[in-house]
Amino acid sequence: MTQSLTHLERLEAEAIHIMREVVAEAERPVMLYSVGKDSAVMLHLARKAFYPTPPPFPLLHVDTTWKFQDMYKLRDRMAQESGMELLVYQNPEAAERGINPFDHGALHTDMWKTEGLKQALGQYGFDAAFGGARRDEEKSRAKERIFSFRTASHGWDPKNQRPELWNLYNARKHKGESIRVFPISNWTELDVWQYIQLNDIPIVPLYFAAKRPTVERDGLLLMVDDERFPLQPGEVPVERSIRFRTLGCYPLTGAVASEAATLSEVIQETLLTTTSERQGRAIDKDAGGAGMEVKKQQGYF
Amino acid sequence: MTDSAYVTDQLIAEDIDAYLAQHQHKDMLRFITCGSVDDGKSTLIGRLLYDSKMIFEDQLAALESDSKKLGTQGQEIDFALLVDGLAAEREQGITIDVAYRFFNTEKRKFIVADCPGHEQYTRNMVTGASTADLAVILIDARKGVLVQTRRHSYLCHLIGIRNLVLAVNKMDLVDYDQATYDAIVGDYAQFAKSIGIESFTALPISGFKGDNITALSAQTPWYSGPTLVEHLETVEVQSSRDAEGPLRMPVQWVNRPNLDFRGFAGLIASGSVKPGDAVRVLPSGKTSTVARIVTLDGDLDQAVAGQSVTLTLADEIDCSRGDVIAAADAPPEVADQFEATLVWLNDVPLHVGRGYWLKLGTQTVSVTVQQPKYTVNVNTLEHLAAKTLELNAIGVAELTTDKPLVFEPYATNRTLGGFVLIDKLTNATVAAGMLHFSLRRAQNVHWQAVDITREAHAALKNQKPRVLWFTGLSGSGKSTIANAVEKRLNLMNRHTFLLDGDNVRHGLNKDLGFTEPDRIENIRRVGEVAKLMADAGLIVLTAFISPFRAEREMVRAMLPEGEFIEIFVDTPLEVAEARDVKGLYKKARSGQLKNFTGIDSPYEAPENPDIRVNTVEMTVDEAAEHIVKLLMPLK
Repeated sequence: MTQSLTHLERLEAEAIHIMREVVAEAERPVMLYSVGKDSAVMLHLARKAFYPTPPPFPLLHVDTTWKFQDMYKLRDRMAQESGMELLVYQNPEAAERGINPFDHGALHTDMWKTEGLKQALGQYGFDAAFGGARRDEEKSRAKERIFSFRTASHGWDPKNQRPELWNLYNARKHKGESIRVFPISNWTELDVWQYIQLNDIPIVPLYFAAKRPTVERDGLLLMVDDERFPLQPGEVPVERSIRFRTLGCYPLTGAVASEAATLSEVIQETLLTTTSERQGRAIDKDAGGAGMEVKKQQGYF
Repeated sequence: MTDSAYVTDQLIAEDIDAYLAQHQHKDMLRFITCGSVDDGKSTLIGRLLYDSKMIFEDQLAALESDSKKLGTQGQEIDFALLVDGLAAEREQGITIDVAYRFFNTEKRKFIVADCPGHEQYTRNMVTGASTADLAVILIDARKGVLVQTRRHSYLCHLIGIRNLVLAVNKMDLVDYDQATYDAIVGDYAQFAKSIGIESFTALPISGFKGDNITALSAQTPWYSGPTLVEHLETVEVQSSRDAEGPLRMPVQWVNRPNLDFRGFAGLIASGSVKPGDAVRVLPSGKTSTVARIVTLDGDLDQAVAGQSVTLTLADEIDCSRGDVIAAADAPPEVADQFEATLVWLNDVPLHVGRGYWLKLGTQTVSVTVQQPKYTVNVNTLEHLAAKTLELNAIGVAELTTDKPLVFEPYATNRTLGGFVLIDKLTNATVAAGMLHFSLRRAQNVHWQAVDITREAHAALKNQKPRVLWFTGLSGSGKSTIANAVEKRLNLMNRHTFLLDGDNVRHGLNKDLGFTEPDRIENIRRVGEVAKLMADAGLIVLTAFISPFRAEREMVRAMLPEGEFIEIFVDTPLEVAEARDVKGLYKKARSGQLKNFTGIDSPYEAPENPDIRVNTVEMTVDEAAEHIVKLLMPLK
């Protein structure tokens, strides 16, 4: 009698295998930690992969200074619980120029996230960076390898990816080149939720519905998370029962009206919804249909 | 109704916890779609996603507007645009790289890889196929079995996909004609049999119209088999077979949080393991028993193929990354010469005799590939003679690794039989390979442990063994200087031996010519001989042009660190040619001598030689003195 693994068991084993390969073959790995639900799963998988040793790499948060307050709280708590070093990087040039999502649009993402990430990887000399991107999120990600090779200038060449056979990953690279590694490439949004539920993984409370102060702008429901939110004349924050399907910079992340206050209810709502997860994200709409692909070629995760 | 597979919304709405409990226990099937360009692969996947409600409203809206702008289906939705995610693909209307998509039904969860049809992207197709349990091969009902159909079927079979589905697509465009369908299935059956495919499942479908995808079509009353989705839901998952074999776990990483804990982390490739099981660590052959299976959620009583675990052993035995923990009574083989099938994935063809990295499981070794025995023409299945393997070629060749490899034939175990080759200079993944068997009575040739070690040999001679590797153009003065160095060492009571290029070609290497593969083999043999002599404690001097950097590095890798001393006899071509001691340059210039280094064959000068002597500025004696001085101390 042979025991057949469930799909989540297979996905977990695959992710752990990938993380261990990186630790065995890279010189200086790091885990990108964005505090979202995918990061929460990644951190949990890392703890499983190396137990009883704490994961042998630091967490890197490329901070835009515009994340939700609840995210900063959970970030600091999880770093402490996992026993891992937490590196927080803020692009000094973006800080100096006061780049913000209200006044600078696409430049905000470019400077804080894309440039910030490149600077951080360069400054610390990381040669392999774990990311929590999934292939079901977006169509150029659906095409990306698990070990995604980047040139010394962090570029991605989608037409010339290394063949990736079986579970053999080629981690060889020249000095200055690096690899982005996506251990949960093959997970879906539902898998992530169910794994969080089955493993009781802490996530930011914003994923659950609660009464929060909001304004509606350009079809997005935005939460007024701190006093930096510039209200337009006549605009008054309204208390609505909302939650977030995905978390980024609070001025760029649209909420959904929801009453789902438990994990089961959130999953139920996710499954019955008729729009995709990244729909609340402004970033994918830049540069037409190929927004993410172009960003990735420039070095975005 | 057969489309009930998709009707889960009601359960989700009414009892989410019941739905999750059911979903949690689903297993997973990974499959690929392949076939010729325009056979409708992407459309079929789009259809599967659409029917399983994996396409959201915002994506559908984008799809509708894209379809009108870029689509090839008039005003109707072009599902292909949903999966062709790269800008270049949408522009050209073709699939370049594998796209992975996800959907699930009540019974199973699926990962589908949409593979490119164009021949130039074969490497991407092989990537998609290597992780698949099943392949759906599409055929355009109007066109029948095409070159790409054959090629992809052959590749799927080669990569070991046992479940093949032949989906005769676009049935709507042939008026759902049974005779057309039967003729195509008959054609394919004949081809399949000829390449050793034992069985396949054929279906008449229309990805575009949705016939026989989730529900049996009224248009094909003559077809009574399962729908495509039914078949996918019920076919046996191949990976469950892995659980049956004996235990094999390649060690990925040794977990040492403190002195009291030493765990071996890895993914179980086959079989199962329990505490108390007797295990053998390969290649050393040392045995122990499993003490614990350690996880964050507590120790396990058992672990099976497909799980990532950390094992601790009862005894302190040597075990590190690259070793394989196996059932003690059924260990895998260890060998260093193999026959294998190679699929060449790179624009730069195979370099026969050159060293590549071979990665198999968690083992990485240096390997050389012999001239292919043959390549396969996948259209005619003829075996063709070949000197090398070019992009997309499939061939059979012998390989030699520099260290013993723990392996099993690919047909028995994908993890211990599948490998990739990596170019040592560019780091590109250049080939995928599948081991057939080990060569030369190898299973039974083990390293014989000897009591007089190389250290003992060296100690008796009161010297540190070295290989002084002189490299340089013909006529640069290698032999002359090596000879002078050996005389000095001899006077100092050192035990030496000089291997000279010309002399070796009279005996050991008299079967070799001057083509590139022969030159590489020449150096390999000399390297092996020099290594044996160094093992015997000698200081070996070699004088060979050895024009290729890669081969000199190969010899360096054979020896313990610090024993290979590369000495570059640096003489400019004009000077060497002017000397022309043996009259060879004259012959080469006049075309009587082919493949002459410096004239019509390249010399790759050392970038960082251990020692460099400039024969324009130094006399022979000065050069020899300089070298000996740098070799001190000799002990």
